[in-house]
Amino acid sequence: MFYREAGDFKTSYTDDSQTFPIKFDRYRYYVVLVVAFAVVPFVINDYWVNAVFLPFLIYAIAAIGLNILVGYCGQVSLGTGGFMAVGAYAVYKLMTSFPEVSIFFHIILAGGITAGVCVLFGLPSLRIKGFYLAVATLAAQFFLVWLFNRVPWFYNYSASGQISAPERTVFGVPVTGAETAPWAAYLFCLVFVVASAIIARNLTRGMAGRKWMAIRDMDIAAEIIGVNPLKAKLSAFAVSGFFVGLSGALFFAVYLGAVEVGEAFGINKSFLVLFMVIIGGLGSIFGSFAGAAFLVLLPVLLKNTLVGGLGWPTDLAAHLEFMIVGGLIIVFLIAEPHGLAQLWRVAKEKLRLWPFPH
Amino acid sequence: MNDMTPDGYTTEDGRKIGAVVMEMRNITLRFGGVVAIQDISFDIREGEIRAIIGPNGAGKSSMLNVISGFYHPQEGEVWYKGAKRPTMKPYEVAQQGIARTFQNIALFEGMTVLDNVMTGRIRQMNAGLLSQAIWKGKAEREEVENREVVEKIIDFLEIQHIRKTPVGRLPYGLKKRVELARALAAEPSILLLDEPMAGMNVEEKEDMSRFILDVNDEFGTTIALIEHDMGVVMDLSDRVVVMDYGKKIGDGSPDEVRQNQAVIDAYLGVAHD
Repeated sequence: MFYREAGDFKTSYTDDSQTFPIKFDRYRYYVVLVVAFAVVPFVINDYWVNAVFLPFLIYAIAAIGLNILVGYCGQVSLGTGGFMAVGAYAVYKLMTSFPEVSIFFHIILAGGITAGVCVLFGLPSLRIKGFYLAVATLAAQFFLVWLFNRVPWFYNYSASGQISAPERTVFGVPVTGAETAPWAAYLFCLVFVVASAIIARNLTRGMAGRKWMAIRDMDIAAEIIGVNPLKAKLSAFAVSGFFVGLSGALFFAVYLGAVEVGEAFGINKSFLVLFMVIIGGLGSIFGSFAGAAFLVLLPVLLKNTLVGGLGWPTDLAAHLEFMIVGGLIIVFLIAEPHGLAQLWRVAKEKLRLWPFPH
Repeated sequence: MNDMTPDGYTTEDGRKIGAVVMEMRNITLRFGGVVAIQDISFDIREGEIRAIIGPNGAGKSSMLNVISGFYHPQEGEVWYKGAKRPTMKPYEVAQQGIARTFQNIALFEGMTVLDNVMTGRIRQMNAGLLSQAIWKGKAEREEVENREVVEKIIDFLEIQHIRKTPVGRLPYGLKKRVELARALAAEPSILLLDEPMAGMNVEEKEDMSRFILDVNDEFGTTIALIEHDMGVVMDLSDRVVVMDYGKKIGDGSPDEVRQNQAVIDAYLGVAHD
């Protein structure tokens, strides 16, 4: 009824190529932003921030990053965990080496460093594709974790081999360290998430995104119409690495506070983010959010229902949780291989016509 | 075609054809022991429609691939706009203004028609990644300016109604048209068409022929095309190169080629009385 494009005339090409061409979508987006920035910080407590919001926001950035590489440019990567570790260790080294600089810039810089590392490990993509590339990036995963474990310089020669985030403030409010208020950590991450999503959307609707998708859909044709495959692939690795690095930095500095590399950024993390991208929908920014939400919220929801609602023992619930999440992923991929984003698109198509059948 | 001069000639229907844009000199291309193209020379002149014909396996597509930089000939030289072309990657050739379509459609199936055609504007759009990331300044300006050009081409090829449709959902005939649109969007100096009518019914062939003639007429685009449909080739083209088993066996106006005994033997079969 309200979800209509009729009557919403576009009089310029700028209007036509905007992110939300339909008025209702636009308003919904503004409402979500207002709620996220102005309402949520006042109502959340420590549990909600640490169990739900922080992991969701941070994984959403990682999923956006990986989606650019896998979903838009078609280059499979299993090195996400390793690249997140690069972001984490980069921000740690920056925080401890230049304590007077704002952590805001440290995190952005950590993204930049990760982008560089990601490009380096993206070089094989110029020669190999598909599964073989996946294996090459898997090497990055293991090498990077090994590197951060073995070279003491990265963890400032601490006895435990761990890194832990010192307290840093933004506008006088601590965002890392033990004193951090839940709302501060939430808002800090939210700023990065919103900026990442907008940047990713802008890149993917413009020429950069077209080049990436051209490479994904048919690399030979892309080259013959003038796409430089070297530049297109490496720029995808760079942009992807930047976002993954951001998320790794936030994951360590704001969310966990202290990190042991093999545990926090192991191969599991690579798969988790890849699943988010696949379940959310390849080649969709919304899908990255949906996938992150699905895999972060589902375990929390199951735990609360099984333990809190039905009163089952915690260990039984924990094992069941694995089985149910795993089963759901399989069911889900069979029912809708194009992910949550596709379900969303279909729903919107239907809604445009509702209440009429055609 | 009798008044052939270095500066060009006038076609039967009175169009002025200009000087040589591209010249192939003694091209030989081998794949291992197989000789795909053997010592072939011909030129393409500004504004003309040049056809390359020949039986299956004659080396026509290989020739097109040499022009678009996908194959590198072992011997011979490609001269483009008065200079010898060094060995180039395909995307560098495209940047020089040579666009092409493919025998088996090579569109980007996951993208909309509009995005596919916009990709053709790659030569004209070079805003930096940062500008694109914030969608301000050069990137935004380029996007609008090039969209206007692309919309003209979309109008011209009559595909307005499908501009937001993903290419994967389109029928064959329309895909061919979208591919032509993408090649045209590059505003190429030379447009290479690899079997633009393959697999089409008569009506679609008529449409496509009209589009090719209109493109040549309205934009003055130089066109080199490969086609099997003899009627189409003879009607459309100004000059024809005939290949057989990798060798050139004829070159000239459609009428000249039609009367060439070697061509008749090799390609058109038995001579008609």
